[in-house]
Amino acid sequence: MPLFDFTDYGTLLLWVLPSLVVALMLGMVGGLLSTLVIHRDSSFAVHGISELSFAGAAIALLIGMDVTFGSIVGSLVAAAIIGAISGKPRERNSLTAVLMPFGLGVGILALSLYHGRAASKFGLLTGQIVSLVDGRSTVLFILSGCVLIVLSVFWRRLLFASLDPAVAEARGVPVRMLSVLFTLTLGIAVAIGVQVVGALLVLSLLVTPGAAALRVTRSQFLAPALAVIFGVVAAVGGMMLSLGAALPVSPFITTISFTIYLVCWLIGRVKKGAIN
Amino acid sequence: MKEILKIKGATLELDGRTLWSDLDLEVKPGEFIAVIGSNGSGKTSLLRTILGQLRLKTGKVYFAYEEADHGSPRIGYIPQQRNTDEAGVVLVKDLVRFGLNGHRAGVFVPKASERKKIEAALAATGVADYANQPFGALSGGEQQRVRVAQAVIGDPLLLLCDEPLSALDLQQQKAVSELIYQQAKAHRCAVLFVTHDVNPVLDMVDRVLYLANGKFKIGSPDEVFRSEVLSELYETQVDVVRNQGRIVVVGTHNHDHHPDEVWS
Repeated sequence: MPLFDFTDYGTLLLWVLPSLVVALMLGMVGGLLSTLVIHRDSSFAVHGISELSFAGAAIALLIGMDVTFGSIVGSLVAAAIIGAISGKPRERNSLTAVLMPFGLGVGILALSLYHGRAASKFGLLTGQIVSLVDGRSTVLFILSGCVLIVLSVFWRRLLFASLDPAVAEARGVPVRMLSVLFTLTLGIAVAIGVQVVGALLVLSLLVTPGAAALRVTRSQFLAPALAVIFGVVAAVGGMMLSLGAALPVSPFITTISFTIYLVCWLIGRVKKGAIN
Repeated sequence: MKEILKIKGATLELDGRTLWSDLDLEVKPGEFIAVIGSNGSGKTSLLRTILGQLRLKTGKVYFAYEEADHGSPRIGYIPQQRNTDEAGVVLVKDLVRFGLNGHRAGVFVPKASERKKIEAALAATGVADYANQPFGALSGGEQQRVRVAQAVIGDPLLLLCDEPLSALDLQQQKAVSELIYQQAKAHRCAVLFVTHDVNPVLDMVDRVLYLANGKFKIGSPDEVFRSEVLSELYETQVDVVRNQGRIVVVGTHNHDHHPDEVWS
């Protein structure tokens, strides 16, 4: 069997259109949030949140509840714990490291007790072959839409509070409230990401695009714009490739995302060399 | 004209220690006030109180006729120059844009009208050539010039300067304090200038607020910098020596001098 088979691709595409729309939205959300994640040095927190999100989803699967709901609850619990001690990066990192294996352990326990379809199990960790049923993509679409609206309203203040907190606070920007808002939107974005690329690979959409963009530009306008493009290319492109290959979506998304980062890293090096 | 900042009967306690008590201060529009005192005398805490970040034990702070809340877009803020700053990666023009509209809702999309304002602000503070540089790549003095542009671009009523000279050499101290003075005049904003050394701003200040020993003294430099006044404040013999236009306070054990300070 060849790796790729693009016969009947058009019909397939139509069938997975809802999933593609979710991927598009997730790419945009991931692109925007990932630049903030880099600015706020919270890549590790993303990982921590995703493990608890996985645990929540696995428990939901086991007890027959909605998986999306479970992953959001897990995300928000993690976000609340990490957010409560934000401000001290050292503490935040060690706490995240403590939470991660615990979340993963709970999740694996729940999965091993679950006797349903095996694909659903593995999917939560490493992503799935487009298995987003219609109902779920509607929920994910609405959720990512909400995150996009919140981000566009608070974007400028989030940037100010993340990059220049002391001055932002003096200028009346509610820095602490925005920190909570950031962690909440991050939690929801992670929960969406867990459904698409799986808990272990969420970083490829919630960290890599921003990291790549900030390699090639420092402009606060261009960086998030580029990161959104990178995120969308990785998420949508990965999903479309996986359709033809009948393989999980995650390796494609992570590979595209990583390739973009590599190219940006190279461009960044060359640019630096040109200046020096 | 009515006062832009009014502090009434203010007492601040931190970790059970009284930093200052019954502080009364009224700042008129355009007035330049230096806040002097040794480390731990509560200079920075005074600014944080005005910004609503510290709660007073007694008394009230009014800014622009309203009780001071959690900061305000009508306040400009110049922090201490630090090298380990999140802001280091931000382009100079973006940092100044934060001063213009970073407090407002919406997305970060540059407009032509903003760009002109930012260019003008950077030109006025002598750092126009660095607009597209990361803030962290600039020298300490240049960084503080950018901070001045960022602080005044929104036409604030009050400029709070929190030890803006502390990491600069003597020459830069003079240049940056003159720039702050000149920009404050141009934008008609009052200034509270926190510093441990009054000398760089001596020619500019209207009044001095001297914090020491849980007490304070307010007045013109000539009224405050007198041996008998400061001796009373410190409750010990203190000598104020004037030498070639510079003021040196001798005899206060906890008085810190800047490492670059020149004793001539």
